[in-house]
Amino acid sequence: MDRYFLIASTVCFLAAVVHTVIELRAKVFRPMRFNFIAIGLGFIFQTVFLWIRGQELGRCPITNLFEVFTFLAWSVALIYMVVGPAYRLSLMGAFTAPLVLLLQTFALIAPIDTRHEVTVPVNSWLEFHASMSLVAYGIFALACIAGVMYLLQERQLKTHHLHSIFYHLPPLTNLFAVITRLLWWGLALYTIGIVSGFFTGHPLPRIQLVAAIALWLLYAAILQARHLKWLAPKRVAALCIIGFSAALALLWGITFTAELHHMP
Amino acid sequence: MNLFCIGLSHHTANVAAREQFAGNATAESIAREAGCAEALLLTTCNRVEVYAVSEKRISTDEVTRCLTGKTSDGPEYCAAPFYRYEDNKCVQHLFRVASGLDSMVVGESEIFGQAKKAYESARTSGAVGPYLHRLFQRAFRVAKQVRTHTEIARGAVSVGSVAVELAQRIFGKLGDCKVLVLGAGETSERTARALLSRGVKDLRISNRSLDRAHELARTVGGRAVPFDDWVTQCRDIDILLTSTASETPLLTSKTLTPMLWDRVDRPLFVIDIAVPRNVDPSVNELEGVYLYDIDSIRSVAEQSLALRRQQMAAAEAIIADHVAEFFDSISRGLNRLSQATEHPSLAENPLRASEL
Repeated sequence: MDRYFLIASTVCFLAAVVHTVIELRAKVFRPMRFNFIAIGLGFIFQTVFLWIRGQELGRCPITNLFEVFTFLAWSVALIYMVVGPAYRLSLMGAFTAPLVLLLQTFALIAPIDTRHEVTVPVNSWLEFHASMSLVAYGIFALACIAGVMYLLQERQLKTHHLHSIFYHLPPLTNLFAVITRLLWWGLALYTIGIVSGFFTGHPLPRIQLVAAIALWLLYAAILQARHLKWLAPKRVAALCIIGFSAALALLWGITFTAELHHMP
Repeated sequence: MNLFCIGLSHHTANVAAREQFAGNATAESIAREAGCAEALLLTTCNRVEVYAVSEKRISTDEVTRCLTGKTSDGPEYCAAPFYRYEDNKCVQHLFRVASGLDSMVVGESEIFGQAKKAYESARTSGAVGPYLHRLFQRAFRVAKQVRTHTEIARGAVSVGSVAVELAQRIFGKLGDCKVLVLGAGETSERTARALLSRGVKDLRISNRSLDRAHELARTVGGRAVPFDDWVTQCRDIDILLTSTASETPLLTSKTLTPMLWDRVDRPLFVIDIAVPRNVDPSVNELEGVYLYDIDSIRSVAEQSLALRRQQMAAAEAIIADHVAEFFDSISRGLNRLSQATEHPSLAENPLRASEL
């Protein structure tokens, strides 16, 4: 039953993607309300799904890979709803919708919604640790999207081949400012997520801990290099994409290992 | 009632032919002399057009005679290639003109303001009645819709506007940008003015002749920089505009690279409008540097124009819908009127009838 809400949410994101593609093909794309409304509706359906699933489980719905991917997609949509309008990055919706669509479609199609008995009692520190880390991943996802937008705009400016989308992408300087802020917020929340993991009362698996710290170090290094002006904005943008790919791989690894051990 | 448009434009006549018919008449004088119920004169650098409504058919010659301001026939205006559009063709033509589809630079917005001014002038003089009022109000609405729903006005098409557009795509607001103009020529002055109009506050001008630099700085509101110091300015500035008569490149990768170390997180936009070029093309390969020479600026302008032309079909479709609807609304008014015998006076004016 709760999956229907997730399907409805996925349809909303699909509508946003299809609408964007049609507009881009017709070369009449303009930052419009449609994307924001579609993503907003999709977000509401996601929230309802997570709420129902949470009520069923009696805990934060991140007990398997399916739920984790959905929670991540929800985080991405949430951050977009906060960041997009604030920085007038209306086109970010056109880039966010495909990512969320991809995450949710994968979650719905792949046989990963395996219900197993969670033996660990409800632990608020553990839930805080997991949810905070996932929201941080959502922010890193948005930084990755802003990175893609930056590289796209940068390439058009370098090669002098300006496509219709060029006029709708935000200026390079603004995109770089957004990337930087997202990285700071993401790193702050990720730090809180990792630190709160030590208060769960359970020993953290060593491999997961090492991988999480490695990811933290990667983002901290990007920010430090950006702060010291060692890295050009283009490289920071590219590293945001690499960083999020690493984060996704890590997330997969953590959840997969946790499922093996029947841990939330 | 006859609705028609008679005119000359850049499509049909050169400037020598067009200028014979510009500035000799007003909408009011045309209406009076040609016997039109309503008239409106639209004169721009690219067209001279009369939109009019009359009870009986008025010949093109009668109107063109009014445009010359002469009373006798003359060979000069008989030979001019005037076009004439009537009824729905006239409506379609006006909608295309107001939307910038008939302009020399497709999608330009200046014509919209010129059409509004012409309408206001004719309305003030009493030459515009209900027909032309409604026609022009609809034309303005169509033009706005075309601009909103298509990309017809997208992209810059002149050197100055391309430079400004690109600068805004790199820096966003230009208020905090520092601009160095190297060479005090006419094109660089125009481009500098375009940048100033978009909010640039820090404008520096460097020229071999410091006097000329001071003169231009005074004219446009910047400050002069000695020519020997311009290279070091590259550490600080965001936009460099070069247009000197130098035979060899003044800026090369070798010169610029050490200065980029201090500004790794700040892009540098270089506009080289000089021929021969003042900036070595290899500079564009440096990270964070965006070099546009005169050819690449022209190429951007052409891409913008091509994009605008691609949008013409979508714009024409919007216009076609409005033309059909405009005539339909007038026809419906007429039908209603034929049944409403208690308003015989309105039968003569389908427009008023359509407004019932």
